[in-house]
Amino acid sequence: MSHHTLDARRLLCPLPVIRTQNRVAGLAPGDTLDVLCTDPGAANDIPAWCRINGHELLGIERREGELVIAVRVGPGDA
Amino acid sequence: MSKQRKAVALISGGLDSMLAARVIQQQGIHVEGINFFTGFCVEGHTHAIRKQDRARPKRNNALWVAEQLGMRLHIVDSVDDYKQVLLNPRHGYGKNLNPCLDCKVFMVAKAHAWMVEHGFDFIITGEVVGQRPMSQRSATLPVVADESGVGDLLLRPLCARLLPPTRPEREGWVAREQLFAFNGRSRKPQIRLANALGIEEYAQPAGGCCFLTDASYATKLADLWQARGQRDYDLDDIMLLKVGRHLRPRPHFKLVIAREEGEVNFLLGYRRQFTHLTTRSHPGPLALLDGRVEETDLELAARIVARYSQGRDAERVSVEVVPREGAARTLEVRPLAADDIPAAWHV
Repeated sequence: MSHHTLDARRLLCPLPVIRTQNRVAGLAPGDTLDVLCTDPGAANDIPAWCRINGHELLGIERREGELVIAVRVGPGDA
Repeated sequence: MSKQRKAVALISGGLDSMLAARVIQQQGIHVEGINFFTGFCVEGHTHAIRKQDRARPKRNNALWVAEQLGMRLHIVDSVDDYKQVLLNPRHGYGKNLNPCLDCKVFMVAKAHAWMVEHGFDFIITGEVVGQRPMSQRSATLPVVADESGVGDLLLRPLCARLLPPTRPEREGWVAREQLFAFNGRSRKPQIRLANALGIEEYAQPAGGCCFLTDASYATKLADLWQARGQRDYDLDDIMLLKVGRHLRPRPHFKLVIAREEGEVNFLLGYRRQFTHLTTRSHPGPLALLDGRVEETDLELAARIVARYSQGRDAERVSVEVVPREGAARTLEVRPLAADDIPAAWHV
């Protein structure tokens, strides 16, 4: 299992979700991904994307106008 | 035991595609959603920018619909592929720069490719005969099925009973008698069906879901093409057309002037790609300058920016000009009077 970071800052919805989706597609179940975002909508959209696609939201941290959304990759065919 | 049939549903985030997917789910079909991001989607992007949009739910409605329906959603970045649809629409444009019929063909064709790749059986859309003047007429629905290559594997559950039976109906994968015969622009049948299905909340986008149907946006896009001498764009171009006050005082340059704090923050992200101007002596907007300019142009640009600052009535306003390359400098300028800005400059 490995940890990864995705820079989705300055991107507006739905691009942070698309970039997360595409990155997760190349990861293994159990891997973790921190997504850095500036669009506040990502705090709703990425968790929603996780819920419907079987991934786990580990948390959302807010840092000086940025969000760090932590995701654990779910089973491959969730 | 019969095979579990699978359908991919085009999900826009609006009510019709939500109903279509739900109706087919209720027939025991496994449904997954697909959504295409063209760059022109009203959905999402503007939520994060303007204050007036911040009261709206900060959510992507396609994702929200998928969650309500308990299905997966695949969002496909189609920005690059969509260019050919917009630049060379086989069926032309609608009222503005909206190539609706070509767009529908494009999305159904993409969904068809996805369907084949992922072993799904058919495609569903929320189309209704007569609902849209260009893409959803009885004459154009067959065009979508034919030109996309999907043929009779395209099922429109909301108006299927007005159309010839598709393969999913003929093969008994879905029961045609449980589908619908909605027709025309009235929304009442959809609202009744939503009530019957227990769907109480759904998105009702005002003014459609695509910026290309918006006259003001289409004018800005046409202006961009004319100024550059070619019909082309990238994602940043089409994002910037959604934001700010656009003025073209000379054919060779344009200003994009923020109207509020949210737009300032958004435009700040582009400040290294453009010459930008800000007022220093008075509170005022950030402006991006798109084009190649001479010294006299810079002064005119500074006077325009000063006009939109709180120093509009002052004798002089300090405007900082930061070129894309090179050192920043400050111009002391007299703000243009309101009468000095012809309506024709506003794009």
